Parts: sequence; C-alpha cells; structure tokens
Amino acid sequence: MAALEGEYLGLKVYIDETDRENHTFFGFCGQHEVRLQQCVSCGLKRFPPTTACPFCAHGESTWEVVGGRGTVYSYGEVHHAIQPAFRTHSPYALLLVELDEQRGEPGDYDGLRIQGNLATPDGELAPPELVSSVGIGTRVKVVFRDIGSGIAIPMWSIDDEVEQPEQPWRYAIE
Amino acid sequence: MSGEIEADSPRYLRGKYAIVGVGETEYTRGSGCTTRALGTRAVRAAIEDAGLTPGDVDGMLSYSFNDSTPSPAIAGDLGMRLDFHMDVYGGGSSIEALVGIAIGVIEAGMCKTVVIYRAMNGFSQVRIGGTGRGRGSAMSGNGLFSRGIGMVSAAQMFCHSFMRHMYDYGTTPEQVAHVKAIHSEHASNNPKAYYSKRTTVDEVLASRMIVKPLHLLDCCVETDNGTAIVVTCIDRARDCRHTPAVIQSVVGRCLKPRSDMHYQSGPISTVAGRYAREILWPNAGVGPEDIEMTGSYDAFTFTTMMQLEDYGFCKKGEGGDYVSSGIMRLGGARPNNTSGGHLCEGYTHGINMVIENVRQLRHDVDDGCPVGTNGKRRHTYDYCEGGCRQVEGVELSANLGWGTPGMGSAMVMARGS
Repeated sequence: MAALEGEYLGLKVYIDETDRENHTFFGFCGQHEVRLQQCVSCGLKRFPPTTACPFCAHGESTWEVVGGRGTVYSYGEVHHAIQPAFRTHSPYALLLVELDEQRGEPGDYDGLRIQGNLATPDGELAPPELVSSVGIGTRVKVVFRDIGSGIAIPMWSIDDEVEQPEQPWRYAIE
Repeated sequence: MSGEIEADSPRYLRGKYAIVGVGETEYTRGSGCTTRALGTRAVRAAIEDAGLTPGDVDGMLSYSFNDSTPSPAIAGDLGMRLDFHMDVYGGGSSIEALVGIAIGVIEAGMCKTVVIYRAMNGFSQVRIGGTGRGRGSAMSGNGLFSRGIGMVSAAQMFCHSFMRHMYDYGTTPEQVAHVKAIHSEHASNNPKAYYSKRTTVDEVLASRMIVKPLHLLDCCVETDNGTAIVVTCIDRARDCRHTPAVIQSVVGRCLKPRSDMHYQSGPISTVAGRYAREILWPNAGVGPEDIEMTGSYDAFTFTTMMQLEDYGFCKKGEGGDYVSSGIMRLGGARPNNTSGGHLCEGYTHGINMVIENVRQLRHDVDDGCPVGTNGKRRHTYDYCEGGCRQVEGVELSANLGWGTPGMGSAMVMARGS
C-alpha cells in the first residue's frame, strides 16, 4: 500500500499509508465509491473515518458502500474566501449533506453528515447561479473529482434524478 | 431550572477562590512589539492591580494557538520564580477552563497565586480569521475535509450551526444583528474599545457578506493585545487591593457528543452550553434567572445568542427574541458584554469579557465617569454615548466562553466582601 498523492486547486495532497482510515476512504473515492466504516459490533455506520466506533468504542469495522445521495442539512456561502485557491471560485457553497442512510440514528437528531462543496455534475466548483439555487432540503448526489492516481474527493451536485423541494430553505437576504 | 439546584449545599470550591487582579495592554492593530512584551506588560498590570508584586505570584498559565510567548519568558522578564506554570493550546473557551485549573493547582498545594494571560498579535501577526496557515504544506486526509473544501476559518466552520438555527427556529438576520448594535453601544462608553462608534442593525445588515449568514459586522474585530488576570484563594484575596470577584462555579471546555465531528450529533443548532449548564448552575447554587449580567462570547453575533439560549437565559429557540429585546443592553435587566466584547472592544479569546465582569463586580468599571476623591469613579448610570457603563449594584455575573459550537466553558462570579 503506497501513499495517495494528488493535487487539487494547486494544493498538494498526500495521504500517508499510516493514516489508514483516511487512506482507505479516499482510496475508495478514487474508485468512485463512497464507503463508510460499519462497526462489526453495533452495526452502525460512521463518518468521518475513525479508528474506533464512536457509538460503542469497538475497534473493528468493515467498509460498506453507501448510495451517495442525501439532503442538504445546512449550508453556508463563502463570499470572502481566505485561501488563494478558492478566491477565483467565490462565492462557493459549503454544504452539510445528510446521507439517506441511517437518518435519525442512533439519536433522533443524529445522522451521517458529510461536509463538502457544491459542484457541477462533472466535479467543478459550482458557479454563482448554482450556488444561489441550493438551500436546506435540496436533494444532492455525490460526484467524484479525480485529483491523482487512485484518489478522488467527494463533491455534491444537485440531484436531477429525484424530486426536489418546491423551494429549498434559504437565508432571508440574498 | 432552579428546581434542580441545591443552593444550600457547599458544592466543591464555591466561594473559595477569587479573581483579584486584572490588566491589559491597549487594544490595537499594530502593537509594534512582540507577544513577549504584550504578555509581560499585561501580567505586570494585573499583578499591580491586585496590589501584589511579581514576587508574590508563584504560578502562571497561558493559552494560545502557538502564536504567543510561553510563561518562562514572561516570568523571567518580571523576575518571577515560578513553582508552577503551564502553557496550553487553544483559544476561545480556554480562560474559564484555566481559572478552574488554577483553583485546582492551588488547592493541590502546588502554588499559591496564579496569573493567567493571553498575548497575541491577532491582527498584525497571526490572524485567527484566516491567514492560510499551513499554506504550502501538503493536505492530509483530514485536510481534505477542511482546507480542501475551503472550510478553515471560524466563520466557515461554524456557519452550519448558525444557518440551521435560523431554519429550526425562524431566527432572523435583524434579531441577530442586535447583538452587534448593543455591544457597540456599550463600547461607545469604553475608552479602551478598538471600535467605539455606535453601529445600527441596518448597518450590520448592509455590511458585505463574509460567509452567509455572517455579514462583516456579524464578525468580531481582530486586534493585538495582552490581557491577564490573577487568581488566588479567598483568604489571600481579602488582603488584595480591590473587592474580589469570587468564583462560584466553573466549567472547562465541556463538549457536545461526537467531538471528532460534532455535526454528526444533533440538534446542530444546540451548542455545548446545553451540557455545561448542568455543571455550572448546580455548582454555583444559582440559576440563570439570578444572574444580573453576562459575558457571552461574541466571536460572532450568533455565538452570543446561541449560548444565552442553551445556558437557559431564555427558552430554546427564543434566542433571537432575547437578544433583540433590549434585555442585554446597559440599563436592561441583564446586560451582556458591557465592554463591547470581541465585536467591538478587542479580540482576546475570551479573557477581556472576564476582565470586564471583574471590574463590574468591583463597581468600578473604567468608563468616562468622574473619579472621586477616594480614587473610585462616581457612576452616573446614564448610559448615553460616551457616558457610564457600570451596571448598578451588580452582585452576580456569568461568563459563557465559546470554543466551537461543540465546545464551551463558563464561570459564575459574585461580588465579594
């Protein structure tokens, strides 16, 4: 197993093989699959990748495929980018996506929530007109942006294969 | 909530320790000196304020994001030989936690009096608001979940909690903007404040968007400053110069579930104060209804509101009504951040809000009121611009410190005798 190396927005990416959980997660992304750890003891899936189960502390897990579809649970819009790499892409959307799997488990308000950017279907950071069209409730699906050999990052695009809410909830001031 | 409180029980170390000295440098953008100099000046000022000499203080604590100068250098500059010191990593929510640690090490007999400081060139050197620290180094796996998606600053990291609060409870931008407007009124009566001009709700909403839902004026100022407080036991406190601010209860860096990534655990519009309050109020023997003034951390307008709500100052979801009602304005029933806080006075990762409450509990806050022949200000309680900012007769205050939506600290202080 070798380190995963890539480059994204001019930033170098290097995931050492000793960071086993992230190495595995982003390696599966490289195969265009979202796989999350599922605890062999309590059976709950988890995100982000961790060494032990946050629900029962068990150390062993298997990597299971999830559908890569979900709902925008919350969002932010960055109009003042700090990182030079993102300045030319402002405004960009920060999404907190709740996956369809394991919603409301183990607690009523818990879920598998992945943070990521809104993207076009081909994995480019979304242009302003797309950014201003999403809100809480928007249905999204994962798209993968290849950033090196065997490594990709998950991004989220508006899911055009499912019914969307009539009007997603958005901040009161546009 | 007060039904759960055992007000007569001698809970832990309630009433046995006090803050006896406070000090700070000027709040500037461009200190023109090192954090070593800022820390040394603030520590010296706090010790002098207590009526002590550096040789009377044998313990030192500090906190930073590795953007400060450690205790041994500051102590050396002031000729202090320490029996205890520790420099911890962290920003917001550290100060209340460190007061608890100071109490613990004094109680353990490791030292007798502890000075705690935060020294930072928060504007001219390391801007917490984002400098692209780590820029140039390769992104790791964890970095792909933060730097790789443009989620590195506090505004970028906290926006999901803030936005979801508006969704869950109907909180409006106008309501939240009142936090800045009110703190700016307070700052206009604070000669030390970096921003002393009054700001309106409309001006907040008209300021440019940084990270939706945060306008520029929803975000705190970044400044250069050194700040310090002195903690000792109540018996020694009585020998110090001022009326002590007696510590009734402290909670340190209390966490929400799933601190590896707190958004996994909901509701995400609830913050760590929801858990911290279960320690804070029973240990203090009082409830939020007894508190006469608050120092709710205002890195952003939202942080003040969400904490006041989760500590029980209003019902969950009614934080927008609370902060826009006028209750937390000087002259209101429970003023908040009477110095102007982080939004206006200066950015210190929480310690200036503790300093302010200590001065308030002494009934000698440093506003523009005339100083009497006894050296104390004769407060007018006229809160007009440039006027008084002393809360009349205040006996009990609470500080609510924020690290992240998932991490908070808190402290209750009472006016000593």
